Amino acid sequence: MMQIRCIRCGARDENEFVCGGTSHLTRPPLGASDALWGEYLYFRDNPKGIHLERWRHVHGCGLWFNLARSTVTHAILAVYPIDAAPPRMVPR
Amino acid sequence: MSGMQKNYSAWALVRGALSGHRHWLPAWREVKPKSTYDVLIIGGGGHGLATAYYLAKNHGVRNVAVLEKGWIGGGNTGRNTTIVRSNYLYPESARLYDHSLQLYEGLSQDLNFNIMLSQRGLVLLAHSRHDLDSMARWANAMRMNGIGAELLTVNEIARLAPALDVSSDARLPVLGGFYQRRAGTARHDAVAWGYARAASALGVDIIQNCEVNEFLLESGRVAGVKSTRGTIRAERVGIAAAGHSSVLAKLAGFRLPVTSYALQAMVSEPIKPVLDTVVLSPGTGAYVSQSDKGEIVMGAMLDLFPSYAQRGSFAVKQAIIAATLELFPSFSRLQLMRQWGGIVDVVHDSSPIIGPTPVKGLYINCGWGTGGFKAIPVGGLTLAHVLATGRSHELAEPFQLERFTSGRLIDEAAASGIAH
Repeated sequence: MMQIRCIRCGARDENEFVCGGTSHLTRPPLGASDALWGEYLYFRDNPKGIHLERWRHVHGCGLWFNLARSTVTHAILAVYPIDAAPPRMVPR
Repeated sequence: MSGMQKNYSAWALVRGALSGHRHWLPAWREVKPKSTYDVLIIGGGGHGLATAYYLAKNHGVRNVAVLEKGWIGGGNTGRNTTIVRSNYLYPESARLYDHSLQLYEGLSQDLNFNIMLSQRGLVLLAHSRHDLDSMARWANAMRMNGIGAELLTVNEIARLAPALDVSSDARLPVLGGFYQRRAGTARHDAVAWGYARAASALGVDIIQNCEVNEFLLESGRVAGVKSTRGTIRAERVGIAAAGHSSVLAKLAGFRLPVTSYALQAMVSEPIKPVLDTVVLSPGTGAYVSQSDKGEIVMGAMLDLFPSYAQRGSFAVKQAIIAATLELFPSFSRLQLMRQWGGIVDVVHDSSPIIGPTPVKGLYINCGWGTGGFKAIPVGGLTLAHVLATGRSHELAEPFQLERFTSGRLIDEAAASGIAH
């Protein structure tokens, strides 16, 4: 079981959290083309390696935050606030 | 084909019994990759092997190689719960998946390989009033699409699965459900081996331990691949790589509407026959059957975070065992024997993608998510069709990449409540 370090509550078991998918997606303007809008809604890098993703401590304090996590080993490389840029040390 | 078994029959078995079974030959040819093929298939699972077989059989395209980075059927084809069914809601999906089931029904004869298809039926359980209503809608939709489905009362379910706890004070009360009689199980390894053998007999090269590291792209179209076993050229390439589709797409320079998740399953120690149908509880995500060896096979829901690790989390394992034991209390003393995980390619509308990619000459079959095994025959049939003719098979027309731009999704996740 993964241990995830909630920014507010500290390390807890993974089943207290839900993953909210890829972080740092920028919503295109309302006049965007269908192609751009489809890209934004559905198309993802889905990397085999480091993934920047949103998590929520849903069965805890309710806070949203970001993880940099390996999708191969599940190792968590960084935890950072929901509105922060990804830390520089994280290889992309 | 020298050095390869020609035909399996009762007579061959008798002959083997008299001669100490020393005459059996490998089921497919061991080959070194050639420098050029007409078509390359990346991925030696069920879908890739079936694609090669139908290319050779239906379209006469025999100069084909299947490139598998590990061993044949060692990915999701060997990591599922072997269930075949076609209980989908929308007409497009119903046509696609029922055609797959029909192909499964004739597959042992077609391939001359016993895939051990067992149409033992599939019981879906309703645990609430809402489940009952949505299952009535679901079963009716299946019947409208010409696929048999029968609504079941609690008593009928108790007769089909006597070990199931249908008592009124059960933690997961069974209020009713429905039945797809033609659903069941097939031996997963046999499906891979049968397609591999039949494709090999028609001239297809099956190349294992061959990982694709790079695509050769020449003036905007695919020209071959660089692999761990050298450069192999072809003007048409098909990808059938399930959870690793995005990795290959990235090599070719595009993205897919796919997220990779781990899906796990497990088996108990073998016991005497106790369950002769497949039981699915969509409300809890648990699905249970008994293998021909006697093991209780338990499938789980996804670990809902992106993963390429071929293992399942303990949290989901615990949930699925808890649900299974509420449904079948008598299984509580069984020991768990094996557990495994596979990486599945989940798409937003839980429907597949079968067709061209943004790179000319490069085609893809992906997005089957948690339900790829049942779709192997039709996935292979339709990918072979587009590779051979350049046009989509009519069954695959609604399942194009383009739907994520047009918005014409086929949302089976929301519609039929399948265990995605």
